[in-house]
Amino acid sequence: MKKLQKAAALIILVPLTGICFSCKREERGFQVEPPAAGRTEAKQMSNLQAGEPAAHPPVHNEYEENAYAMAEGKRLFSYMNCVGCHANGGGAIGPPLMDEKWIYGGQPEQVFATIVEGRPNGMPSFRGKLPDYQIWQVAAYVRSLSGQVPFDAAPARNDDMHSKQPENSLDTAGERKLIINSGVPPSAEKPQ
Amino acid sequence: MGIEKTTRYTLTSLRRSFSSLVSWPARPQQKYTINKALTLLLGLSLAGCGGGSQSVLEPAGAQAYRIEDLWWLFFGVTGIVYLIVMAVVLIALLRSRREQKRASSDTQPDLTPDQQSEKRIGNVIKASVGLTIVILFLFMVSSFRAGREITSLYRAENPLVIKIVGRQWWWEVEYRHDVPSQNVTTANEIHIPVGRPVRLELESTDVIHSFWVPNLHGKKDLVPGYKTSFIFQADEPGTYWGQCAEFCGHQHAKMRFVVVAESEADFNNWYTAQQQPSVPPSTDLEKRGQEIFLVTTCTQCHTVQGTPANGRVGPNLTHIASRPYIAAGSLRNTEETLAGWILNPHASKPGVRMPMNTYSNEDLQALVAYLKSLK
Repeated sequence: MKKLQKAAALIILVPLTGICFSCKREERGFQVEPPAAGRTEAKQMSNLQAGEPAAHPPVHNEYEENAYAMAEGKRLFSYMNCVGCHANGGGAIGPPLMDEKWIYGGQPEQVFATIVEGRPNGMPSFRGKLPDYQIWQVAAYVRSLSGQVPFDAAPARNDDMHSKQPENSLDTAGERKLIINSGVPPSAEKPQ
Repeated sequence: MGIEKTTRYTLTSLRRSFSSLVSWPARPQQKYTINKALTLLLGLSLAGCGGGSQSVLEPAGAQAYRIEDLWWLFFGVTGIVYLIVMAVVLIALLRSRREQKRASSDTQPDLTPDQQSEKRIGNVIKASVGLTIVILFLFMVSSFRAGREITSLYRAENPLVIKIVGRQWWWEVEYRHDVPSQNVTTANEIHIPVGRPVRLELESTDVIHSFWVPNLHGKKDLVPGYKTSFIFQADEPGTYWGQCAEFCGHQHAKMRFVVVAESEADFNNWYTAQQQPSVPPSTDLEKRGQEIFLVTTCTQCHTVQGTPANGRVGPNLTHIASRPYIAAGSLRNTEETLAGWILNPHASKPGVRMPMNTYSNEDLQALVAYLKSLK
């Protein structure tokens, strides 16, 4: 009897915990501003600075934990023609966004600032073209391209044919195991 | 409303349907008050938005009349079958109670089969199976003939061609012209002349939608990457509501549109007015509004012909003030709803593609004044 009770409790509790953890992912925050909202115009883009280094607490973009917000970011990424230069993350006349190299920094607030301000040699400023919260959504999606967001929230398989891996099956940028689009399977990378 | 009256009406229309199966007379255009009452009862939930109707039972074209006939035929026959089945079930229940009462006195129920009643039951089963087959065959023939009559219009020559693009969650309506600058693009509102066949070319940019104006025609899907089309015709002027009939996401329910069937002259007036570029702002407030419109986020998605705004993602706003509804038929087009919609569209239509915007009171007032001037 005791065993049965335990099993029943387990059967009920395990999915419940699952639900608790997955709330945040599934929540459709139609009217939620990210906590880091607000212009970050004075963000530092490199380690060089005058005087003593000041402490910059990292900005936490909550959209990076929300599947809906990142899906919106993905939609805007093509709506706003980011794909025109960056392709689907692989880069074309703009730099690729799916590797670990960042010219102007890969932290959420840095990506946000790059989109808002624009950068030399081609990146236009999107100030006033999108509301801030949508720029945060795009920034979250951009970081998902290099696998920097939790995989359970990153966009999954596309509805249409796509040549690259879905964002949620990328490894983190630092320790990437797959070479995307190289056509070489991981098993053939290091011959035995 | 008396039941006998309803039955009589149902029978009349049944007779009509049966006779039309055989001889194809011109459809009688009588107005039945009882029809109206029934329709009201059945379509109470659908007739929510004031003005215009949205019901299969108030047909406004030859094709819709065929669909209505078919509907009444199915309703009548299945209704009668339902009543017979219920009556038989009731009789069986009452009988078994009587049997039980009698059986309680006996200790041993008699279980030997009664040849006579076994045979009778067998005959009844055979007869009802036969009847079911006949009824289904009748349904098949009648729906086939109705379908043939509906599609006979598809061969109409020189129809008015309108392109409809389904989007999450609104309808883009485009009247093509040989001169591209004379194209008319509007949203969630289709004007058609009465008595002229209209061909709709249906496309979708995202997911599958379905175009359905119950008063005029059946449903037709809009499939991404695949063009579909059909021809319909409105014979009676009026305002008919349509609705997306294929679940397409969060705001599927608020993906409505209106079909305005009007006389040829009225239609031409409307069409000519829509062909014009937008009215330039006249007052200072409107001028300020246009300035705000052109320098803020609006232009990223919306087009206003005659200005640099040429976004293709959202509805064309060139003549937004001439449209009675905004937000795909879900809100009336007033200054208040427009202002609320601009600030926070997610309050009334959560998940809609239009983003929330921040404007000061003065700017918002100017923007709304400008939009209201776009007649």
